[in-house]
Amino acid sequence: MRKGTLRQILLITDGCSNHGEDPIAMASLAKEQGITVNVIGVLDQDTIDENGLREIEGIAMAGGGVSQVVYAKQLSQTVQMVTRKAMTQTLQGVVNKELKQILGSDTSLEDLPPEKRGEVMEVVDELGETIELEVLILIDTSGSMKTKLPTVKEALFDLSLSLNARTGDNQFSVFVFPGKQGNVEKVMDWTPNLEALSSVFPKLTSGGLTPTGPALREAVSYYFNKKRSLRSLISGDESYFEESSM
Amino acid sequence: MMNHTLKNHLCKLPTGTIITGKWHRKAYKMIKLLGNGANGVVYLAESQKGLVAIKLSDNNTTILSEVNVLKRFSKVQGAALGPSLLDVDDWLDPSTNRLTPFYVMEYIKGEEFFSFIKKRGKEWMIILILQLLSALDKLHKEGWVFGDLKPENLLVAGMPPTIRLLDVGGTTLQGRAIKEFTEFYDRGYWGLGSRKADPAYDLFAVAMMMIHVCYPTQFTKKENARQQLLSMIEADATLRKYRKALMKAIDGTYKQAIEMKRDLVAAIHHSDLPPKEKHVPPQTIPSSRSRKKRRKAKKRRGGVIETAFIAAILLFVYVLYLYGQVL
Repeated sequence: MRKGTLRQILLITDGCSNHGEDPIAMASLAKEQGITVNVIGVLDQDTIDENGLREIEGIAMAGGGVSQVVYAKQLSQTVQMVTRKAMTQTLQGVVNKELKQILGSDTSLEDLPPEKRGEVMEVVDELGETIELEVLILIDTSGSMKTKLPTVKEALFDLSLSLNARTGDNQFSVFVFPGKQGNVEKVMDWTPNLEALSSVFPKLTSGGLTPTGPALREAVSYYFNKKRSLRSLISGDESYFEESSM
Repeated sequence: MMNHTLKNHLCKLPTGTIITGKWHRKAYKMIKLLGNGANGVVYLAESQKGLVAIKLSDNNTTILSEVNVLKRFSKVQGAALGPSLLDVDDWLDPSTNRLTPFYVMEYIKGEEFFSFIKKRGKEWMIILILQLLSALDKLHKEGWVFGDLKPENLLVAGMPPTIRLLDVGGTTLQGRAIKEFTEFYDRGYWGLGSRKADPAYDLFAVAMMMIHVCYPTQFTKKENARQQLLSMIEADATLRKYRKALMKAIDGTYKQAIEMKRDLVAAIHHSDLPPKEKHVPPQTIPSSRSRKKRRKAKKRRGGVIETAFIAAILLFVYVLYLYGQVL
């Protein structure tokens, strides 16, 4: 199998969007373009409201990704777990598709006897270790998220620590919403290392609106433009993996 | 999340539920829930061959990669690295009508690492750690790293008590990124190393386990994590004995588990030499016990002197008597 790139958007938020397009629609758009959307909901002591929870789950489901709601102090462990889980999920979808091509359209992993599945899993493991990964991190900095930003920063360092232990390359970029001008603002361009975040985070101010939908849309188009850049001309247009569940 | 409801359902299988494998048609009767983690649930169950442990998960990936590891382990001769694997299959769950993958392993009846030490005494800590290091050394020589090493994943079983590794969910090929870990035992969290799997990764976790035995309340990292751990080690009478080995494990100096084992053994015997008084800090509980012992020893010594004195008098009287007889 040709090695491609896994593309993910990691949305970190603490509640409901209240401005612009429906974020679930935007997550669906991302999925159509082969980008997985994962969502982490961050709680204080208080519980999240029903609508916020439904939106978080909805976005992840539409974006073919994983969602998790956690307290701020568990954020580090969760961020890396969610990212890894989504990677495996996507890769498994890809491997499943390949299997279907080899074994016929109705065959999936579950149709193989357990003895045979192990080998397939090893392929997934191997891919997860070596594949190139791009994560666009989208951070909600509206209102109550302000106090959680130091924890978010910690969690992102931790994420780059986890992912950089892999053999494969990683690229991260960081966006926050709402931006100083407009819905979303890029605070860090593609980089293999999140260390540089330290200088960015103190400057962040929190705004009022929560334009989750528009922020997702812009994140997707940032990916889209990247795909057309020189770098991806080399790796080819179809080099990303499309999500499909097992 | 859909996964959530599914998992909740898996944790609540009623006692007596019979699970039959789709492929191998073996039946298992659920007895009770043994554990419930992020990646699945483990039940005690009855099979034709006796008691077994069954892990069910709504996540095919988890089951498959753990089965892969257990299979590899079963090929390692003469060492019980994990529970032995008995069966792998799918169960068609009638209430959800979904295929749930599961695997069946040997049921290890034992006690958790911490509660065993609490019950049987702190002297067991170093014994179990030495056993653990031997097991890890074998595992490392096979090219693996255990990964998620923590007391919850260890069981003390059998007679004589022997440590067993339980959950292989974090077991990773050397050179790859650690699959699963727990922050407190993870050198990455403490800022003292990467998450790339190498033998030193496990040895760091071993050191943290020893520290945690002596400081039972969980603590979090501070600014200078290395200094923080070092001062904790130096403040505790038990840990101070193993200071050198612990710091080497924390710094990632050891390339093999066996080197750490050797240093710990040396430290045990070194501390058997006549102890210097200043090594016993007066404020801790164990020292009050040792003070009692010293008092007892004093009493015993007093007794010896008394006996010798009485014997001397008797001997003197006897000599007088003999003298009288001769005259």
